[in-house]
Amino acid sequence: MTATVKFGKDLTGLEGLSVEQIATVLDVAEPFKEISERPIKKVPVLRGKTIVNLFYEPSTRTRVSFEFAEKRLSADTVNISGAGSSIVKGESLVDTARNLEAMRIDMVVIRHGSSGASQFLAERIPSNVINAGDGQHEHPTQGLLDMLTMRDQLGTLAGKKVCIVGDILHSRVARSNIWGLGKMGAELAVCGPPTLIPHGIEEMGVRVLKRIEEAIEWADVLNVLRLQLERMKAGYIPSLREYNRFFGLTVGKLEKAARDILILHPGPMNRGVEIDSQVADGPHSVILQQVTNGVAIRMAVLYLLAGGSPERAEAAKGGRRT
Amino acid sequence: MSRPIVLRGGRVIDPSCRRDERLDVLLIDGRVAELGRDLPAPDGGEDIDVAGLVVAPGLVDLHVHLREPGDEHKETITSGARAAVAGGFTSICAMPNTRPPIDDPAAVGFVRAEGERAGYARVYPVGAVSIGLKGEEMTEIGELVAAGAIAVTDDGRPVWDSGLARRTMEYTRAFDIPFFSHSEDLGLSGAGVMYEGSVSTALGLRGIPNAAEDVAVARECMIAELTGGQLHVLHVSTRGSVEVIRAAKARGVWVSAEVTPHHLALTDEAVRGYRTEAKMNPPLRSAADVQAVRDALVAGVIDCIATDHAPHHYEDKEREFDDAPFGVIGLETALGVSMRELVVGGRLDLIELIDRLSTRPARIARLPAGTLVEGSPADVVVIDPDERWVCDASRFLSLSRNTPFAGEELVGRVVMTLVGGRVVYDRRDDRKAAREGVEVT
Ligand SMILES: [Zn+2]
Repeated sequence: MTATVKFGKDLTGLEGLSVEQIATVLDVAEPFKEISERPIKKVPVLRGKTIVNLFYEPSTRTRVSFEFAEKRLSADTVNISGAGSSIVKGESLVDTARNLEAMRIDMVVIRHGSSGASQFLAERIPSNVINAGDGQHEHPTQGLLDMLTMRDQLGTLAGKKVCIVGDILHSRVARSNIWGLGKMGAELAVCGPPTLIPHGIEEMGVRVLKRIEEAIEWADVLNVLRLQLERMKAGYIPSLREYNRFFGLTVGKLEKAARDILILHPGPMNRGVEIDSQVADGPHSVILQQVTNGVAIRMAVLYLLAGGSPERAEAAKGGRRT
Repeated sequence: MSRPIVLRGGRVIDPSCRRDERLDVLLIDGRVAELGRDLPAPDGGEDIDVAGLVVAPGLVDLHVHLREPGDEHKETITSGARAAVAGGFTSICAMPNTRPPIDDPAAVGFVRAEGERAGYARVYPVGAVSIGLKGEEMTEIGELVAAGAIAVTDDGRPVWDSGLARRTMEYTRAFDIPFFSHSEDLGLSGAGVMYEGSVSTALGLRGIPNAAEDVAVARECMIAELTGGQLHVLHVSTRGSVEVIRAAKARGVWVSAEVTPHHLALTDEAVRGYRTEAKMNPPLRSAADVQAVRDALVAGVIDCIATDHAPHHYEDKEREFDDAPFGVIGLETALGVSMRELVVGGRLDLIELIDRLSTRPARIARLPAGTLVEGSPADVVVIDPDERWVCDASRFLSLSRNTPFAGEELVGRVVMTLVGGRVVYDRRDDRKAAREGVEVT
């Protein structure tokens, strides 16, 4: 990577990143992966920085992944989350922003139920803001870790066929995958019940596959989304059983694949609904590797937004002076 | 009685009699007394030089939300009526979705009396169709009309029960008032917050499909046809609605329609960046819809422009897009936006635009307005049609600032507004105040 790749103050989505920026995050994540394999999993890259993990929605997975990333970079972290916290409950987002600014926080990681919430915050505070999922908009670090996992396995993303399966309408993971993978030259498709495919998705450069059998025939990679169980109550699908039969990724359907297909899932899984256990735990599943890569990607994002240079990431990891 | 006034040397544009010529206008005792060349200076009166300016009948807005009673921090009847005259409107129709709603004769009387007391634009109350706007029991529509209501509506929400819509369009025939329809199928609009399309998909915001409006407008037209009642469709925003209305008019159905300046000017692209000042219902639609409503206004399928002026407090809009309220203000930008979008490109002549902003809406609601023929009320707007100005929301007379046009250049500006022969807005005062650094009160 060249030294000219610069990052903005915030990471609110992959829509606004360039190909070079995405490639840089993925490259910088490589040296950081290794830190997690050591007995002492800590480097002093963000020493003295304060980071708030502001989680308006419960998400143990993403929060823990960010927290590990922050701690392994030696940042001081505070978690503010969901129920019980007055800062989240009684207060408007704009007031929370003012409070965070008054406390001189260096970085804020925000998870929020409303699309656009991370941008709203980013426009109002001088701290770096990292979107850990906003409504149905984006979940950029998930998109990046999915891409890193695919790149690890396939060597490149360019020209690879990736199909995202499930509830595309409500999925921020889908949108971040679509923006990111599209920029990196992958071919994209989505597949799911038509009630859960958003209007105008084709204009994002995505083909829509009606049946999962078509997706299996077409794809190199299937990224299977979690089906929120409340979609059934809201009338988008009639039953989970029917969903599993027609849109779930089962061994029976996957056996018919002409070639090996890489299986991803952002977790947490509903086994027996969108994915069967034999598939999730099978030889082509890289679901646990996604979790491992998640920490490395988040370390890379924190490092780069804090002003770290891509060239020095290797050195930073070693703790050596250059 | 106010002093006689001569507006001297202006270009008088009056769509009601297709007049467009340079004339002096004499206003006496609240009426247009005489039009002519070189009228003598009135005894003890005022002679105002309006050479180079347009003199037109005051603008008429069938659709404003004045928020009083209940939300006086957003707007009051007085502040709204004052913002109206700053925008050239001399007659405005106040929607009943206040807190409490305008669903009984006393409430109608309150709005009318407050409007008269304020002494800016004439404020005409629109009564509720149903008690509490609940869509269940019909209000005492006859009593509302007797108290001063000029139409009925449950605007803010549709009359979802087709049976009630039918009875409303039948019953209103006895009182010669239109039913104003907020046409929306709530099952289709659901929890949507913007137009459903590629922008909503990219932003991850829940969409409102055009069909939510199309289906409802079709229903209203069928019921109008069934009942012979007078239907006026509020804020038409889709190409589908336009086709439905065109077909209904061709069959002789008694239907009229309005479009807002923002639906004539903006598309869903304005929402990008989660701009809550571009959040309204119906939502900003696609470029094809904007094209369709413009063409329909030019062709007369859509009869008039109305603002759907919907004030909201700064803090209510300064929040997550999902949680921000629907609505934008429009009284002080309607003329400048409409002229920029329609007259500058040559789609409408100035007389045709004044027709859509004054004469036609006055006819729909049977208001004594929209004309400057001798004997008519001296409600007049003086416009500088060539002035280009930048919309500065901080200078609005409305109590609210929620406009999607802030910072944009608009064309055509109100110089002076008269109601009943009295100058109720004069921008020269405004400029003088700005120079001297005093607040206009
Ligand atoms: Zn409405």
